[in-house]
Amino acid sequence: MLRGMTVLLICQLIGEVTARALNLPMPGPVLGMLLLFSVLLWRGAPEWLDQVAQGLLRFLPLFFVPAGVGIMNHVQLMRAEWPAIAITLLVSTVITMIVTAGVLLLFLRLTDARKASTHATNHD
Amino acid sequence: MTDIWVYLAQTPLLWLTATLLVYYLADLGYQRVRQWTLANPVLLSVVLLVIFLTVTGTPYQRYFDGAQFVHFLLGPTTVALALPLWRYASRLRRMLLPLSAALLVGSLTSVLSVVAIGRLTGVSEVTLRSLAPKSVTTPIAMGISEQIGGLPSLTAVLVIVTGIIGAVIAQDLFDRLRLNDQAARGLAIGVASHGIGTARALQMHAEAGAFAGLAMGLNGALTALLTPILAQILGL
Repeated sequence: MLRGMTVLLICQLIGEVTARALNLPMPGPVLGMLLLFSVLLWRGAPEWLDQVAQGLLRFLPLFFVPAGVGIMNHVQLMRAEWPAIAITLLVSTVITMIVTAGVLLLFLRLTDARKASTHATNHD
Repeated sequence: MTDIWVYLAQTPLLWLTATLLVYYLADLGYQRVRQWTLANPVLLSVVLLVIFLTVTGTPYQRYFDGAQFVHFLLGPTTVALALPLWRYASRLRRMLLPLSAALLVGSLTSVLSVVAIGRLTGVSEVTLRSLAPKSVTTPIAMGISEQIGGLPSLTAVLVIVTGIIGAVIAQDLFDRLRLNDQAARGLAIGVASHGIGTARALQMHAEAGAFAGLAMGLNGALTALLTPILAQILGL
């Protein structure tokens, strides 16, 4: 538990320092995630790290609550434009999800088709 | 009685307990209504806490001073997303080209669609600039917003609203479209609604969660690079 948490915090710290030092447009924790991912590709994931990660990830939604409550500071600002903003966000989110998933599936099909055709020519 | 309140309202103990208790109850309620989408626990918790703080006349800053211990765990938990991602590394490697294409198009779609629809619904220009990076994780979105002349604090709120919308609608949308590929589901949620969406994706399926986490990270960087260019083209 202690070991796993320490590893996660070290990765976050390195990510934070790197982002600031190199002026990267990425938050420290996201860089930390990519760093830990590359270490895992190289060394694999030990059980003690996996346990801590699973424990934390189960409660990920909870960790957004304090920031979410910050909405109360902007109720005034958004009151006039609220319906337009809500419609805009809803429609844009739906479109973004459909397009992203659609492009992925389309390209998966295309690359599968290419693989299938190279297989076919190999057989010939 | 008021003395005790005045004392408690200034300690982290009260606001930490309130946050955990409200989330616990919201999650319980969510399970009770068989995960009915509108009963999303993040949405419920935020609504209940805002009502509670408003009724007791507590400023947000005082609440956050206490609840920041919960907020802090977002960092290490984001790093922890590397583990589910690693589990699907071999699938990831095979999908490299489709993933890159979907990320690029998805990132562009998010910014372009929000500006286009915002213009149609008559959103003001400064709000439009604050809306452009709405799909990426808060710290990145605030930076982009500032760079293109939006209001970073408004952006922070719009990002959270977007995340909650994504988390609430994703399951129904995917089911209706008969979109069953877990990688595509996760990628779509992560690109459209960052960490709050990723939290929901993890509940839906481990593979969806892994791809959502990846999408959140890479989409953030991509949007940071693309948005200033798009803003110029769109005349924001």
